[in-house]
Amino acid sequence: MRTAVTALEERENPYALSHLDALESEGVHIFREVAGEFERPVILFSGGKDSIVMLHLALKAFQPAPVPFALLHVDTGHNFPEVLDYRDRVVAQHGLRLHVASVQEFIDRGELKERPDGTRNPLQTVPLLHAIDSNRFDAVFGGGRRDEEKARAKERVFSLRDEFGGWNPRRQRPELWQLYNGRHAPGEHVRVFPLSNWTELDVWQYIAREKIELPAIYYAHERTVFSRSGMWLAPGEWGGPGEGERVEQRKVRYRTVGDMSCTGAVDSDADSIEKVIAEIAASRLTERGATRADDKLSEAAMEDRKREGYF
Amino acid sequence: MDTSAFPAADCGPALAATSLLRFATAGSVDDGKSTLVGRLLHDSKSVLADQLEAVESASRSRGQDTPDLALLTDGLRAEREQGITIDVAYRYFATPRRRFILADTPGHVQYTRNMVTGASTAELAVVLVDARNGVVEQTRRHAAVAALLRVPHVVLAVNKMDLVDYDEDVFAGIAEEFTRYAASLGVPEITAIPISALVGDNVVAPSAHMDWYGGPTVLEHLETVAVTDDPSDDPARFPVQYVIRPQTPEHPDYRGYAGQIASGLLRVGQRVTVLPSGRTSTIEGLDVLGQSVDVAWAPQSVTVLLADELDISRGDMIVPSDAAVTASQDLTATVCHLHDTPLTPGARVLLKHTTRTVKAIVKEIPSRLTLDDLSQHPEPGRLVANDIGRVVLRTSEPLPVDAYADSRRTGSFVLIDPADGSTLTAGMAGHAFADAVRDAAGAESGREADDDGWDF
Repeated sequence: MRTAVTALEERENPYALSHLDALESEGVHIFREVAGEFERPVILFSGGKDSIVMLHLALKAFQPAPVPFALLHVDTGHNFPEVLDYRDRVVAQHGLRLHVASVQEFIDRGELKERPDGTRNPLQTVPLLHAIDSNRFDAVFGGGRRDEEKARAKERVFSLRDEFGGWNPRRQRPELWQLYNGRHAPGEHVRVFPLSNWTELDVWQYIAREKIELPAIYYAHERTVFSRSGMWLAPGEWGGPGEGERVEQRKVRYRTVGDMSCTGAVDSDADSIEKVIAEIAASRLTERGATRADDKLSEAAMEDRKREGYF
Repeated sequence: MDTSAFPAADCGPALAATSLLRFATAGSVDDGKSTLVGRLLHDSKSVLADQLEAVESASRSRGQDTPDLALLTDGLRAEREQGITIDVAYRYFATPRRRFILADTPGHVQYTRNMVTGASTAELAVVLVDARNGVVEQTRRHAAVAALLRVPHVVLAVNKMDLVDYDEDVFAGIAEEFTRYAASLGVPEITAIPISALVGDNVVAPSAHMDWYGGPTVLEHLETVAVTDDPSDDPARFPVQYVIRPQTPEHPDYRGYAGQIASGLLRVGQRVTVLPSGRTSTIEGLDVLGQSVDVAWAPQSVTVLLADELDISRGDMIVPSDAAVTASQDLTATVCHLHDTPLTPGARVLLKHTTRTVKAIVKEIPSRLTLDDLSQHPEPGRLVANDIGRVVLRTSEPLPVDAYADSRRTGSFVLIDPADGSTLTAGMAGHAFADAVRDAAGAESGREADDDGWDF
């Protein structure tokens, strides 16, 4: 009888894939499944590291042919200029098509109202759904990762959204093996998350391995910031700093890139990718906990926004 | 685009290549599964300060004095309201040796389908048992699902050892009973570990209370268990996902077949057959995401170039000519029904197998399995959600389906409702599980199985 079997030492196996190779292969498989099964897919591109890695996988998946999808950027009107610049260079470099859904245009037309706190992140959902609807996109790639947030931990790789863009966790399809089900009714669409199984550290290690260029704000730099709710925010036309909020010069970097009004910087000396990886490996805070105000709105903020059509 | 990799050593120890283990947990409601998962995450320092703060604050607002680690894993509003887990969640943690993807599956009886979902991609399953109760029906159900899904490694975690005075005999008795049962179902490797998830014995750190135990902790075992089979043992299977035709001035004639190798090895120069057409050619080139190679293997995503211009599209399968699989329109399989709408004989469905989706008819449902005692009910008339049963299907086109016992990738399929696209049923082709169940059930009841009653 075996009450305890001594663990086998891992054999030297020439066929074992590293975790990055395994994740890359899975991500590419997901891109190709969508290309094979959908009519009008689009890649949601924010200029953040996750969407940059997503685009890199798409370039690999279809080479030497061009990526068979367009990009869609939801422009809050409060973007970091470095990120917009990066976006435009990438689009030109790879000959991609870019759709821009503009929150500002919706506000100008009176179809959206500015929130009292100045945060535009929750306002993105309306232009996003409008762009999906008017372009008849049937699959929308997002860079969401399950390690980011507890509602996202329950997200499928292929996530069916109803005609209102809503996510219903009780009505999710079971997802088994690598058999993704992309069936949807007219008006519905599928959100697809090729980086579901990646962690923040995986993304950074992959960026290092593949030598992928990122917007400079991901690396430590001197920047004018002010403090609000324990986060370093960048001053800008979006309305910060407010009364009594003092502006100062600090060495910071960003862990996530979103709207300037809700994305905070962290104090950092990590001005190279090696240092960034070392810093993340030692960090005791999640990227969202450290730098995203939008997730602090309530205990289930992400789940509630996803139900309304957010990523 | 520069896609060349550079050596990991260039970026220091944080970039060292590690392997990836996908595993699933299974346990009854009160066996302490959430505590075990919480402790694995917490003691391996995978819970970050802000997540712990959120759990502490949520626990306080519920009037609890100590942080409820189950709140780390129960994320949805309905789950927190009801204090139960209603869906599979995926967790990620890492040690310097390995990355882990944990499919955290609910233990309720009515959520068998969720354990099936979690186990479908798992290389290892942790089955939890309460040391005070020993092997119970639910334990047998979990072992049967792990065997059915052919999870290669099973860990029996005998929990709450602190409540039985860390008694070696209690552990040994449970381990022996479970090992005999699971082995008879065909589970190839079973490791039993005595733990206390609450106290932390043998989860991440070795226990100070059980000198008699000389084996690994749960985490040590997860870090060291060998999970990569030698793909050169398996026949190659390459489902074509997408045809890459750039039609650009640089690549006017390029025609590559893109896909993820489902099993085995592909080599340049290999003679291959394309299914279902049966035409043959030779592999002229292999691309692993931009790098030309001589050999590639599962589960790499690659592009295959053939010497001859053949008519090949998504849904076709490229296989070695000397190890082909027979394509057939008739399929017998063990299935787990997932949807609230029952599956009945005569139902017209869609069947997705690898990259091909075809029409299919449910011809017969010869039997339904009761997981509690592995008894079998002939001609149940229908399968409802969470039922496991045997079905006979007829497909509109021949499919190259392997036995699930030989390949989890090319022996699996799902049934889809053509009306609304719902995923209805998970299927595993072939007969192998039937024999194991018959033998196990016969041994368990101490009688010979009679042929009429055990054709499952």
